[in-house]
Amino acid sequence: MDKLIEQFSFGLFFWQLFLFIGLLLLLRKFAWKPILNAVEDRESGIQDALQAAENAKKEMQNLQADNDKLLKEARAEREAMLKEAREIKDKMISDSKEQAKVEADKMIQQAQAVIEGEKKAAVADIKNQVANLSVEIAEKVIKEQLSNKDQQLKLVDDMLGDIKLN
Amino acid sequence: MQRPFYFKICLVVVLFFGGSVLAKEDSHPVEESKGSLKEEIKEFIGHHLLDSHDFTLYTIDEEKNEHVGFPLPVILWDNGLKIFSSSKFHHGASVANVDGNYYALYHGKIVKTDAEGTINYDNHHHATNEKPLDFSITKNVVFILLVAILMFFMFTRMAKSYKNNPLPKGIGRLLEPVVLYIRDDIAIPNIGKKHYKRYMSYLLTVFFFIWIINLLGLTPLGVNVTNNIAVTLALALLTYLITTFTANKNYWKHIFWMPDVPVFMKVVLAPIELLGTIIKPFSLMIRLYANITAGHVVLMSILGMMFIFKNWIGSPLSFGLAFALSLLELLVAALQAYIFTMLSALYFGSAVEEHHDH
Repeated sequence: MDKLIEQFSFGLFFWQLFLFIGLLLLLRKFAWKPILNAVEDRESGIQDALQAAENAKKEMQNLQADNDKLLKEARAEREAMLKEAREIKDKMISDSKEQAKVEADKMIQQAQAVIEGEKKAAVADIKNQVANLSVEIAEKVIKEQLSNKDQQLKLVDDMLGDIKLN
Repeated sequence: MQRPFYFKICLVVVLFFGGSVLAKEDSHPVEESKGSLKEEIKEFIGHHLLDSHDFTLYTIDEEKNEHVGFPLPVILWDNGLKIFSSSKFHHGASVANVDGNYYALYHGKIVKTDAEGTINYDNHHHATNEKPLDFSITKNVVFILLVAILMFFMFTRMAKSYKNNPLPKGIGRLLEPVVLYIRDDIAIPNIGKKHYKRYMSYLLTVFFFIWIINLLGLTPLGVNVTNNIAVTLALALLTYLITTFTANKNYWKHIFWMPDVPVFMKVVLAPIELLGTIIKPFSLMIRLYANITAGHVVLMSILGMMFIFKNWIGSPLSFGLAFALSLLELLVAALQAYIFTMLSALYFGSAVEEHHDH
């Protein structure tokens, strides 16, 4: 201990204190502050980036869930639409079938009516023609028969006999 | 890749140490008694541990006072500033005459003396000559300055590498884990997240300063700065001052009026606690000083054993031991820096600790 005090150098103490404080102040300004700030910035940057990535992941998951939901809904809607369309199609087909049937029936009826009318007209025509022919024939016959007297009388008799029968 | 590297190291070791060992053997005749050799080694170790006014790399011939190195400026305050080169002392062999005053080197200290260099002794064989205030740029001061410059360039370079890129380049990549370690494992756990930023500059500077200067002490230049009590005192004093001037009310309350103890105990505890605030930095000072000194003494003693044994078994053995111890000293260099920083952080932490319920 004695030797220690003997050896103590005040000059060295002074220089050490002076140089060390100088170094401390210089390094604080030019090295430690920039270094620690840079490191801190970097660390907070990494922290932020990790947080952002985590958030993005969560958002992504939410989005995925939304997408799934939407997809499901869309699928259900499509199913419903398809079903509806099928129903409409079926209905339309049956409706048109019915309508067609009605129309066809109507046309058939009209055709039948027309045919009936034509038939009647034809029959009437034939009747008229037959009547005219008959009258002509009858005229011719009568004209021939009335050429002699006997036959005229006989015809009158026949006719009278017919009328009686009638 | 590795083999040529080791080969180179071995070559360098053989060239340097082999040469110096041979030179030693030439200069010391074999018939020299072992007692004086031991004395010489002891003196050499003692000399190695001391600060010096010259920058001596190695001594060529002790007898002829031939050294390789360069002188350093001597700055004295003795009724006015006196500045002269340490070459005037001729490594302690002569008295320096400056403006009519005579100065001599006595055990590495500058004392005032007369033209003949007379040293007066008291009963305990202590020199009673007047000692002027010595602000000389000694070998240790040169090294402190070198480390300061080295650190300044190292860390400003590191700071610059952050400017364009969030990831450091070059030296910063090497140092960043250490800086982060000090922040995350020393400062934050001991001081707390709220206050640690105020102390980061001091903790980082003191850690790197002690570490680098300890490592340089292990180089063949052999300048060990931290085994000077003046250096460790300066560092411990800074820790003490920072602790005292940044302490909050809670800290002082725990010293002078310990809460939750009987009044009698409060009175008893106050002086103990007050003493404790001084003992804490004092232990920092002694710990660093003693560890580094002890390491160097043991390492040099083992190296010295090589010259005492001078045979095929003892010398390689002591070389191996010295090698192993050097590796241990590398660890101690970092460990002491870590302990100093850690304990400083602990004291700062206690100074800013918020009040909490017991």
